[in-house]
Amino acid sequence: MTEHIDSIKTYTIVFVLLLLLTLATTVTATIDLRSFNVVVALSIAVVKMLLVALFFMHLRHSSILTKVVVGGGLLWLGILLLLGLSDFVSRGWLRVPGK
Amino acid sequence: MITAAAQERETYLNESYGIKSWLLTKDHKRIGLLYLGTITFFFFLGGIFATLIRLELLTPKGDLVAPDTYNKLFTLHGVIMVFFFLIPSIPATLGNFFLPLMIGAKDLAFPRINLLSWYLLVIGGCFGMYAMLAGGVDTGWTFYVPYSSTYSNTYVIATGLGIFIAGFSSILTGLNFIVTVHRMRAPGMTWFRMPLFVWSNYATALIQVLGTPVIAITLVLLICERSLHIGIFDPARGGDPVLFQHLFWFYSHPAVYIMVLPGMGIISELVSTFSKKAVFGYRFVAFSSVAIAVLGFLVWGHHMFVSGQSVYAGLAFSFLSYFVAIPSAIKVFNWTATLYKGSISYATPMLYAFGFIGLFTMGGLTGLFVACLGINVHVHDTYFVIAHFHYIMVGGTLMAYLGGLHYWWPKISGRMYPEGFAKLSALTVYLGFNLTFFPQFILGYLGMPRRYWQYPDEFQVLHVMSTAGASVLAVGYLMPLIYFVWSLRYGAIAGPNPWGATGLEWQTASPPPAHNFEETPIVTTEAYDYAALEAARVG
Amino acid sequence: MDSHVETLALREQFETPTQQKEASTLGMWIFLVTEIMFFGGMFLAYAVYRHEFSEVFSAASNTLNVVIGAVNTGVLLCSSYTMVLAVRSAQIGNRKALIVFLILTMLFGGVFLGVKAYEWNEKFVEHHVPGPTFHLEGTSMQGQAQLFFSLYFAMTGVHALHMVVGVGIMLVLLFQAYAGRYTPAYYTPVDVGGLYWHFVDIIWIFLFPLLYLIGRHHH
Repeated sequence: MTEHIDSIKTYTIVFVLLLLLTLATTVTATIDLRSFNVVVALSIAVVKMLLVALFFMHLRHSSILTKVVVGGGLLWLGILLLLGLSDFVSRGWLRVPGK
Repeated sequence: MITAAAQERETYLNESYGIKSWLLTKDHKRIGLLYLGTITFFFFLGGIFATLIRLELLTPKGDLVAPDTYNKLFTLHGVIMVFFFLIPSIPATLGNFFLPLMIGAKDLAFPRINLLSWYLLVIGGCFGMYAMLAGGVDTGWTFYVPYSSTYSNTYVIATGLGIFIAGFSSILTGLNFIVTVHRMRAPGMTWFRMPLFVWSNYATALIQVLGTPVIAITLVLLICERSLHIGIFDPARGGDPVLFQHLFWFYSHPAVYIMVLPGMGIISELVSTFSKKAVFGYRFVAFSSVAIAVLGFLVWGHHMFVSGQSVYAGLAFSFLSYFVAIPSAIKVFNWTATLYKGSISYATPMLYAFGFIGLFTMGGLTGLFVACLGINVHVHDTYFVIAHFHYIMVGGTLMAYLGGLHYWWPKISGRMYPEGFAKLSALTVYLGFNLTFFPQFILGYLGMPRRYWQYPDEFQVLHVMSTAGASVLAVGYLMPLIYFVWSLRYGAIAGPNPWGATGLEWQTASPPPAHNFEETPIVTTEAYDYAALEAARVG
Repeated sequence: MDSHVETLALREQFETPTQQKEASTLGMWIFLVTEIMFFGGMFLAYAVYRHEFSEVFSAASNTLNVVIGAVNTGVLLCSSYTMVLAVRSAQIGNRKALIVFLILTMLFGGVFLGVKAYEWNEKFVEHHVPGPTFHLEGTSMQGQAQLFFSLYFAMTGVHALHMVVGVGIMLVLLFQAYAGRYTPAYYTPVDVGGLYWHFVDIIWIFLFPLLYLIGRHHH
C-alpha cells in the first residue's frame, strides 16, 4: 500500500497557520461586527478544523469511504443543529400566543 | 442419515467447553447466543410488567396497585422492552450470528469489541435491575423533564446510567457491522449480491452510530441536572423542557427504525425462501433500507406536536413524516410481488412473515394518521398511539424476530423445532396480538389516555378484551421458549439446508464450524438465485 | 524481525495486514462520528440558549479569561503538532523520535488539563458555579446566566474527560513504542490514537470561540 508520508515542513506550516488563526479569531472578537462576529469566529473555527482534519488526520490522503464517513458525520450534526434550532427560531413567527 | 463421525464433527458449540470459553469467546456465533439468552431474559421481564399493567386495567378502578406503582410499571415495561430487548434483539442475536456467514467472512471486523458490547448490555441491564429492585422509576420511558430532572423521587439516575451503558453496546455493534460489511466481504460478494438481511442490518448500524450518541449525552445532561442541580432544563432558570424532548426524540425516533429495519430484513429472507423466488425489486428493497435510515432522522418532532414546539416546526416534521412511509411501503409492495407466482410453503417462519406483512402495514398506516397534525391533537397520549407502536414493535419486529429464530434455528442448533407446535404458537401469537391491540385503537380514538391507571366504566369492555388477548399472547410466547429448549435434545437433526434456501449460511454445516467455512467461499451467483440453486441441485 | 512482528499483529479474522489497517482506521473514524453526535447534543443546547439569551451569555462569557483560553488553545494545537510528528516518526521507523513526540504530546495535554483545572477553580471562587451560591454581577437574569455556566462546565468537562482518556491512550502507546512494537509495517494503534487526539483538539477549536469569545467587542 503506497503511503503518503507528509514532510515535517508541511506539518509545521499547518501548525503555524493554526496558531495564527487562533490569534485572528481572538483579535476579531474584540472588533464590533455585530451579528457577523459569530459568523467570522465559526468560519475561522471551520478552517482550523479542516486544516487539522485534512493534514494532521491525513484525510486528504484517505479513501473516499473515509471522506464520506466524515462528511456524513458533519451532515448529521447539521441536521441535529438546524432542524432542532428551527423550532426555537420560528417560535413567535405566527404571532399566536404560545406558538 | 447421521454417522457417528458426523456427530463428532467439530462445531462452534463443541470446539471448546466451559464457562470461560463462553464468557471470553471472540466467536460471533457464541456472542450471538450470549445475547440471545440476555434479551430473552429481558423480554420476559418486560412481559411481567405488561402482565401487571393489563391486570390493573381489567377494572376501571385502580384496585390492583397504587397509582405511583402503576407509573413504575409502565415505565419499567417501556424501558426494558425498548432499551434492553427491542434495540439489541435482532442485530445482536441473528445479526451477530449470520452477518459474517452471509458475506462469507470468518468473523466480524472487531470480535473483542463484539464481546465487549455484550458485556456492556449486561452491565447496563444490571444498573436497570438495580433501579427496578431498589424501588423503580416512574417517569415513563421518555423521561420528560422537569419531572425526571427535579420532581421524581425514584431511581432515575440508575436507570439513566443503565440505558447510557446499554447505548454503547448498541453503538459498538453498529460500528462493527459497518466496518465488517465494507471491508470483510468474501471474493465475489459485491454489495448487490448481499442478502437483504445484511443490507437491513447495515442500514440499522448507520442509525445506531449516528443516533445513539445523542441520547447518551441527553442522559448525561439529565443525570447532571438531577444530581448537580445545574438547571439546564429548569424552567425557573430559563431552561426549556422542550429542548430535552428534541434531544430525546432525535435518537428515539430513529430508534424505532433500529427496531424494525432488521425485522424487515428477515422478512425479505423468509418471503424469498418460502416462495422459492428472488425478492422482487432487490435494489429497491436494499435502497429503501438506507432511505428509511436517513429519512428516519428528519421526523422526530412528530412526537412533539402538542408540546409547545413552534407551528412551523410542527408543519415541517409532519410533512417529512409522510415521506418516511414511502420506503416502507416499497418494501411491502416488493414482498407481495415476490409472493406472486411463487411456490409458497406455509412453514412456521412463513406464517410469521405473513403476520408481519399484515400487522406492520396496519401499524404503518396508523402512523400516517398520527403524523397528521389535526388528528394528532386528538389522539396524542391516548391508546391510539400505544396501539400504533405495538402493531409495529410487536406485530412487526417481534413477529419477524420469531420468524427469523424459527428459520435459522436449524442452522444455529443443528436441530429442527417441532413444526406442529410451532404453527400452533404462531397462530396463538397472531390471534392473541390482534385481540390485545386492536381494541386499543378504538380505546384511544374514544379518548382513553395512556399511562392512566383508572378509567371511566364505558371503556371496560375494550380493556377486558385487550387483557384477554394479552393472556393468549403470553401463552403464544411461552410455547417457543419451551419447544426450542426441548428441540436441543429431542429435535430432529437438521442438515445444512433444510429449507432449500440460497445464501452462504446454508452452504456450511448445521451448526457451523467455529471458523464458519472450511474454505473462504468465492461468490459467483446473484442473491436469491433460485434458478442457479435448482440447476445445481438437478445437475 | 519485521515480518515476525507483522504476522503477530495480524488478527485471525483478517486476510491481510492491509485489510486489518483499513478496518481499524475506518472503525476509528466511525467512532469519531459518534463523538461528533455526542458533543453535538450539547452544541444544540448551547445554540438554543445563546439564541434566546444572547445578552446574558455575552456577559457571562466575558468573565472567562480570554488570554488563558487562547493560550490553552495554542497548547492543545502544539499537542496535535507533536502527535502528528509522532505518527510520522512511526511511519519512518524512528522509534526514539516516536517516544519523544508521544511524551511531548502527553505533556502538552497535561498542561492543558492543568490550566483547565485552574480556570475551573477560578469559577468556583467567583461563585460562577450553577447552584444556590451562584451570582453573576451586572445582570438580573441570574437563572439564564446559570445556563451559560451549566453549558460551560458540561462542555469543557466532557471535553476534559476525553482529554484524560486521550492521555491514557498515549501512555499505552508509549509503553508499546518503548517495547518496539511499532514498525513502518505496523503502527496502526499510533495512527488511530492520533486520530482520536486530533478529534478532541477539533472539539476545543470550536469550544474556544463559542465559550470565550461572545460579545467581546464591548471592551
